[in-house]
Amino acid sequence: MRLVGVRGVSKVFANGVEALANVSLEVQAGEFLSVLGPSGCGKSTLLRLIAGLAEPTTGTIDWSDDSGRADLGFVFQEPTLMPWATALANVALPLKLRGMAKSEREARAAEALDNVGLKGFERVWPRELSGGMKMRVSLARALVVQPRLLLMDEPFAALDEITRHRLNDDLLELWQASGVTIVFVTHSVFESVFLSQRIVVMSARPGRVSAELAVTTPYPRSTAFRTSAEYAAWCRQASSRLGEAMAA
Amino acid sequence: MTGAKVIAPIVLGVLMLALWEGIVRAAGIEPYILPGPILVAKTLVADWGTLEPSLLVTVRITLEALAAAVAIGGLLAILFSLSRWIELSLFPYAIILQVTPIVAIAPLIIVWANNVELSLLICAWLVAFFPILSNTILGLRSVDPNLLDLFRLYGAGRWRTLVDLRLPAALPYFLGGLRISGGLALIGAVVAEFVAGTGGNASGLAWRILESGYQLKIPRMFAALVLISATGIVIYLLLTWLSHLLLRRWHESALPES
Ligand SMILES: Nc1ncnc2c1ncn2[C@@H]1O[C@H](COP(=O)(O)OP(=O)(O)OP(=O)(O)O)[C@@H](O)[C@H]1O
Ligand SMILES: [Mg+2]
Repeated sequence: MRLVGVRGVSKVFANGVEALANVSLEVQAGEFLSVLGPSGCGKSTLLRLIAGLAEPTTGTIDWSDDSGRADLGFVFQEPTLMPWATALANVALPLKLRGMAKSEREARAAEALDNVGLKGFERVWPRELSGGMKMRVSLARALVVQPRLLLMDEPFAALDEITRHRLNDDLLELWQASGVTIVFVTHSVFESVFLSQRIVVMSARPGRVSAELAVTTPYPRSTAFRTSAEYAAWCRQASSRLGEAMAA
Repeated sequence: MTGAKVIAPIVLGVLMLALWEGIVRAAGIEPYILPGPILVAKTLVADWGTLEPSLLVTVRITLEALAAAVAIGGLLAILFSLSRWIELSLFPYAIILQVTPIVAIAPLIIVWANNVELSLLICAWLVAFFPILSNTILGLRSVDPNLLDLFRLYGAGRWRTLVDLRLPAALPYFLGGLRISGGLALIGAVVAEFVAGTGGNASGLAWRILESGYQLKIPRMFAALVLISATGIVIYLLLTWLSHLLLRRWHESALPES
């Protein structure tokens, strides 16, 4: 079942930069979709358009039903936490903005923190957290509203490899447990192959969809998958698609 | 480190005072040219009866001006951040007020206000409010654009965004402006009183300095000067402490030194 469709979307900014040109793609309910592309090809712009934070110049974003857009989670490239608020208050923010009572939203935020492996860190301030833990708080904040669609913009790009692998594992677990739909933007071939069922490859500016690749390896994908020949083959495929996209 | 931070300036201060006293005595300088620190201290005690009311007047004007600067500067900054049009039309006038020397407009204000204490208050406020205004505006604008998007995503209106995002983000900037304004309010109160040059019963420390000059009571002049400096230092320390108290949990400026 389709959750949201991007139809013939272009985006030209006020300064004349053409970020996206005629992009079309479908997001199926419950899937894990990665958007893979070189830096500056308009990946962040695409996510912002889907989230409704910016309007397309031409084309439309079609939601299969109206409640879709209201149920969004967004994880940015940086943790984007409020430094003046505790981890718990940061996670509870979306609920607060929606007018939920304090006791209920704090209970839910505590549960969300627990789900991302941060039980006991409720009263900790962002500056006391490591980069990986900050990203976990950010993930908890996106999940606390129990979104239908989770948009993630290169969330782990700034982390070291060990932390990134652990977060990838945990993200897959959360995805399988919750049934949320994920659109995951990355410029890492390895990350996109490990995580997703489907990879949309974008070409350099102006961004267009240049290829699509279905990664059919079943879940759960373990650490063993990362070192398998199968994984290497997928990566080779995705890599060559990306190479073609950048040459085009 | 903390010990040295306190002890080093105290040792230097004591040495300088001793040197000052030594020179005054050795050269036999008359007290009406330059009194030694011991004589200044004695005068401070002996003349406390006249100096204390003046100190209270100056402190009161300073604090009232600072409070007015916080209220009006802060409110204007919020108003500017809410409406681009209000900012475009009013900000140039705020700059004009800021760049006009207070001694040049103080006589006018004194004539218009027709009340010495009120005119001193207006002058001190004029000098003090700009750093709070400009710093708070800067702070209200220095918000992480991703956080703004997040607020938008979850349907927060202007008011919610102001209270939960812009104001906390602006707090460190506001406190920085407040520390500058604290000193400026005192300077404004003293300078305005010099210009006003009034006697009467509501006279502050600046008037005591003028009066002592006319009467060649130079030690008392120094005593009044000491009180002004001490007031400035106390205000600065209090505001620094307040700033630390409000920011220590989260802001980089309040991190303990490692
Ligand atoms: N608000 C804006 N105004 C003008 N140009 C913009 C704006 N936002 C993005 N751009 C431009 O649009 C292009 C695409 O930007 P975008 O951030 O979407 O790329 P990206 O694929 O996310 O890049 P990265 O991998 O570096 O994050 C870039 O050339 C960028 O400079
Ligand atoms: Mg980006």
